[in-house]
Amino acid sequence: MRGDQINLQNIIARSASMAPSPQERSGGVEKVAKLIDVSKCIGCKACQVACSEWNDLRDDVGECYGVYTNPMDLSPNTFQLMRFNEYEDEQGNLEWLIRKDNCMHCAEPGCLKACPAPGAIVQYANGIVDFNEEHCIGCGYCVAGCPFNIPRISKKDAKAYKCTLCSDRVYHGLEPACAKTCPTGAIMFGTKEDMLEQGAMRTDYLKDRGYKNAGIYDPAGVGGTHVIYVLQHADKPEIYNNLPSDPRISPLTEAWKGVTKPLMSAVIGLSALAGFFHYAIKGPKEEPEDDPDPEKADADRALDEKSPTQALQDADEEGRE
Amino acid sequence: MAGLAPTYGRGAMTNHWVDISNANLVLSMGGNSAEAHPVGFRWVMEAKEKNNAKLISIDPRYTRTGAVADYEVNIRTGTDIVFLGGLINFLLETDQIQHEYVRAYTDVSLIVKEEFGFHDGLFTGYNPDENTYDKSSWSYEFDDQGYVKRDDTLQHPRCVYQLMRQHYSRYTIDMVENVCGIPSQNVQEVWNMIAETAVPDKTMTILYALGWTQHSIGAQIIRTGAMVQLLLGNTGLPGGGVNALRGHSNIQGLTDLGLLSNLLPGYMRLPSAEEQDYQGYIKKRAKQPLLPGEVSYWKFYERFHVSLMKAWYGDAAQADNNWCYDWLPKLTEPLYDVIYTFERMHKGKLTGYFCQGFNPLASFPDKNKTSEALAKLKYLVVMDPLAVETAEFWKNYGELNDVDSSQIQTEVFRLPTTCFAEDDGSIVNSARWLQWHWKAAPPPGEARPDVSIMAGLLHRLQRMYREEGGAFPDPILNLTWQYSNPEDPGAEELAMEYNGRALTDIYDSNRNIRRRKGELLDDFGMLQADGSTSCGCWIYAGAWTEDGNQMARRDNADPFGIGMTLGWAWAWPMNRRILYNRAAARPDGTPWGPEKRLVWWNGHRWVGADIPDFPDASPPSAGVGPFIMNQEGVGHFFGGSMMMEGPFPEHYEPFESPIVGNPLHPNNPQAVNNPAARVFPDDRARFGTAKEFPYAATTYRLTEHFHFWTTHAKLNSIMQPQKFVEIGESLANELGIKEGNKVRVSSKRGYIEAVAVVTKRIKPLQITGQTVHQVGIPIHWGFKGVAKHGFLTNTLTPAVGDANTQTPEFKSFLVNVEKI
Amino acid sequence: MTLQVTRRQFFKLGAAGMATSSMAMMGFAPDAAQASIRHFKLTGAKITRNICTYCSVGCGMLLYSRGDGSINSTDDIYHVEGDPDHPVSRGSLCPKGAGVLDFIKSESRLSHPEVREPGSSEWKRISWDDALDRIARHMKDDRDANFETHDENGNLVNRWLSTGFLAASATTNETAYLTHKIVRNLGILSFDNQARV
Repeated sequence: MRGDQINLQNIIARSASMAPSPQERSGGVEKVAKLIDVSKCIGCKACQVACSEWNDLRDDVGECYGVYTNPMDLSPNTFQLMRFNEYEDEQGNLEWLIRKDNCMHCAEPGCLKACPAPGAIVQYANGIVDFNEEHCIGCGYCVAGCPFNIPRISKKDAKAYKCTLCSDRVYHGLEPACAKTCPTGAIMFGTKEDMLEQGAMRTDYLKDRGYKNAGIYDPAGVGGTHVIYVLQHADKPEIYNNLPSDPRISPLTEAWKGVTKPLMSAVIGLSALAGFFHYAIKGPKEEPEDDPDPEKADADRALDEKSPTQALQDADEEGRE
Repeated sequence: MAGLAPTYGRGAMTNHWVDISNANLVLSMGGNSAEAHPVGFRWVMEAKEKNNAKLISIDPRYTRTGAVADYEVNIRTGTDIVFLGGLINFLLETDQIQHEYVRAYTDVSLIVKEEFGFHDGLFTGYNPDENTYDKSSWSYEFDDQGYVKRDDTLQHPRCVYQLMRQHYSRYTIDMVENVCGIPSQNVQEVWNMIAETAVPDKTMTILYALGWTQHSIGAQIIRTGAMVQLLLGNTGLPGGGVNALRGHSNIQGLTDLGLLSNLLPGYMRLPSAEEQDYQGYIKKRAKQPLLPGEVSYWKFYERFHVSLMKAWYGDAAQADNNWCYDWLPKLTEPLYDVIYTFERMHKGKLTGYFCQGFNPLASFPDKNKTSEALAKLKYLVVMDPLAVETAEFWKNYGELNDVDSSQIQTEVFRLPTTCFAEDDGSIVNSARWLQWHWKAAPPPGEARPDVSIMAGLLHRLQRMYREEGGAFPDPILNLTWQYSNPEDPGAEELAMEYNGRALTDIYDSNRNIRRRKGELLDDFGMLQADGSTSCGCWIYAGAWTEDGNQMARRDNADPFGIGMTLGWAWAWPMNRRILYNRAAARPDGTPWGPEKRLVWWNGHRWVGADIPDFPDASPPSAGVGPFIMNQEGVGHFFGGSMMMEGPFPEHYEPFESPIVGNPLHPNNPQAVNNPAARVFPDDRARFGTAKEFPYAATTYRLTEHFHFWTTHAKLNSIMQPQKFVEIGESLANELGIKEGNKVRVSSKRGYIEAVAVVTKRIKPLQITGQTVHQVGIPIHWGFKGVAKHGFLTNTLTPAVGDANTQTPEFKSFLVNVEKI
Repeated sequence: MTLQVTRRQFFKLGAAGMATSSMAMMGFAPDAAQASIRHFKLTGAKITRNICTYCSVGCGMLLYSRGDGSINSTDDIYHVEGDPDHPVSRGSLCPKGAGVLDFIKSESRLSHPEVREPGSSEWKRISWDDALDRIARHMKDDRDANFETHDENGNLVNRWLSTGFLAASATTNETAYLTHKIVRNLGILSFDNQARV
């Protein structure tokens, strides 16, 4: 498909791959950004619905847990969600701070660096960081690599999912579904340059209206992001449902990327090769039928129940033994 | 909108969505537009950015609108007249009014009858036995020619200005603090912001919705808001007006088309039983000017009426049978509204009932009463795209609908209909725009369009009446039915029918031909009272002309850059987008300010960015008033006899109030609640008191849901899956309720259970020295659909309505809350 | 610091469902680095302009359906988004409008007429003709039995008060006009819409 080919041209980084990306036709591609202006957000969740509708996602109908936020967390079927926080400052002034939580599309993506599966995570020249589930091995390392706690692993297919910034729409010249639908204009989309300009204008506006610490959230620790916020209180990002004040890729992930990843990939490849032969001879299998050790099977179930992040931390700890 | 028509002349949103961006100040009160109309709310955000406008949100709760407001205050539900009456008092006493506008465009100088008065909470003429007023004193003094007397110096003690000033002098800032529960410092700051728009070239817009309407004094709250806008000179101007944000996609259209108990299309009225004489019926409604030279457009009532009769009855309607006047059903009650109808149904007086895309079990007050009433019907017909609760009122859903099917003898038919995506046609948005839409796909299974169901029933009835005879078949058998497919009339031909056409050649006064026989009409100016035109809805004349379907127009050009896209769709009346826009110019015809240019006099006629809502050749020197539907040509502070409770809005407590008595009239038990409200004894017996049910409750919708529809849509159900109620932290602490706990909320009429959302956004209020807690109850969720099934909120609400419209008091009633 | 994959982790990584990607990595797939963002789902769709059916803002909607309208295809709506030309909504939709696809395609959509007989606890499917015949019979019987030509004061009133009708505020003007024309001429006064709720 033509789209794929052009996107291939425009891929500037690819997980677990030392091969250089084509460079020659990446020139002139503008970096894009989505601007989320929290001061204009009414928390209507139109973005959340439009995202699910566009991406053909239907999460489970959950429950009300006593807050407006719903679903309660991101999932393989919820790429973004509005997190509501009733914030009272020292003077007792109440603000309802509502933050759209989704992939930040970091310029230096921790997920991509952590990912051991070649081509499962790519970064396009326009700045979008995309997961290619076809190549994903479900290891969960992207979860650990992400300073914003965004990717989620599906229990159905053991693959990682997250916001694509509607790379399919953007490629076709459209804005992401969330940006298009936003009723109040709290979400905007354009070149990163334009969005920074818009953000600066909004910051000035907010400062005029008494928000002396208004500012743009475009954290340098991850090389800047392609999703940026305008915050009324940019000095306290954590009041926006724990938006990290200085997000960074963990040193572990950096080390992983630099030294051990090619080795790891080879190991996984062997494991998969073993699986392949097993499949070829015996047909599809459910784990852990080929492992009769009950103790180990329990341990595996325990692993399954853990969050991917936790699982990876465990793995890291055990690796240090 | 029952408060707007008596003030301005038409009961509709004065301005339009995009025009909100022209405001210098936005007052969101009696509505939560960010929640209920998020896309319309866009234009509030634009006003903030474009004009540096401020947004004030006044609501019982800190809402989604409050989240982006510049000033957020919380008010006790049902006390808006006190706040606005206090504002009127403040504006008058500090003389912060738009003088030139008020003098030229309002009734301040008109003189009221000597007999008129107001004493201890009641206007003159009250009959406490029947809860009604003899309104004969609520009128003007007239001169020998039948025109109203006036005093342009405004010194006459009975001129409207002086009477209004006197009436609102009781609404002091202390009274506001005491009754509404807003600290006086906040009240003052809001009033100051509002008063700044009294200058000629600044406007405030008011956005309201059911938060004003759904009270026993709802229409009067709206009227108070409309009066404020007259004092400030904000109505008729860009970025001004009183914007009634309607709830449903075509509720404006259904109201325009008269689908209410007492109306005919185009806001014409059905006759009462006493009006046996056709000429008398017309004369009463063809209102003549009360001041010399005014337009008083209703004077052409007969043209509209006869054209409708020709559309309905064709050749059967003739001058010598008074255009079939006798065929029209006549009213004995002022309204046969739903509270009245369900009271009669509950008493076993109805045999059959039809619900066309309407879910009364969920939507009407006192669900248990509604359910008992439906069980007394012989037959119930539900036409709906969805499997709604009403169609299964007879089915047991445990606690959610605890009925015994075997004891319910109602025969229920459930007929599948198409939805909007599956038909062609127009709907009218809140801003009176008629917008055409197209069918995208066939409906599921055997679902049919409503028109084909209605046609199917009509044809069967016609056949039976022809074959069997029966009760008064004349109107049924003579109904015009010139549709190419009689079983499924097309949207196009129906639209042309309500637009109207010439039945014979029509000439102007110089005998030039205006329309040939059979041609479509350009506008309602072409309508005739002699039977030579037909028109199904006079205000829609112009929607589909010889130039084609005006409602399908898609030119979004905005040549003046102020959001006036006259080439997009078509608005009634006459494609005018801002009502009363003559008032956007000074009396001399020039705009009030460069930023507020809308229409102006160019020396020969009225021109500008909008279609003038005015005779376009009437020069400023003629002094004709801008409120062309009103008999005086001006806006009404004095409502005359148009409202049930009195000519000036007065505060009365909700029928279930958390406080004792009415602080404005502490010594008059007749003036606690709306003295003119109609309350059926059975319903009154189901009112609770603050002793048993101490908390003031208010119901509302959430942005994720639309009534009881979207709980059938998975995406929306995911976003807001389960029924909850909102409780302030302070009350929750008192009751030991934590976020996510299950609670039971009960009223005198029943109980619901829901998840508690414990919030800082609802604070206790200090009312006349007592702490009042408010509880918020979203209306959504029922026992059908893909969301978590829940109790119907209207289990709790009381069956009492506004005295003018019988809109139920869904916004103010009493509940108790318990943790379970 | 050396990272190793433990046996447990190794098993996890080698579990079902990931063979393909790893195989690709090993060179088994012909086009190893084929980046596959999702195919653009609107290509070739038929677009129909509509107006949102929920609140009164009247936002412009584009309904995308499969099939180009040719005789052998059946239109099926599979995506909805805002109409950018619309002067009010300019492409935006609120959460209700943005999710309207799930209303159009709701599993609660009714697809055939049904009746619930007196005392029954279930629905029974019937034909349109049966449904309309039975309803019309009820109407005629009730109207003939309870129609009032005159009130107690002898005034001619020509009304039918024992059957009422609620009209839908989401129907078109054309439907509403025709509904009014029929309902009023049957003599019904208990006639209302959602203006108040």
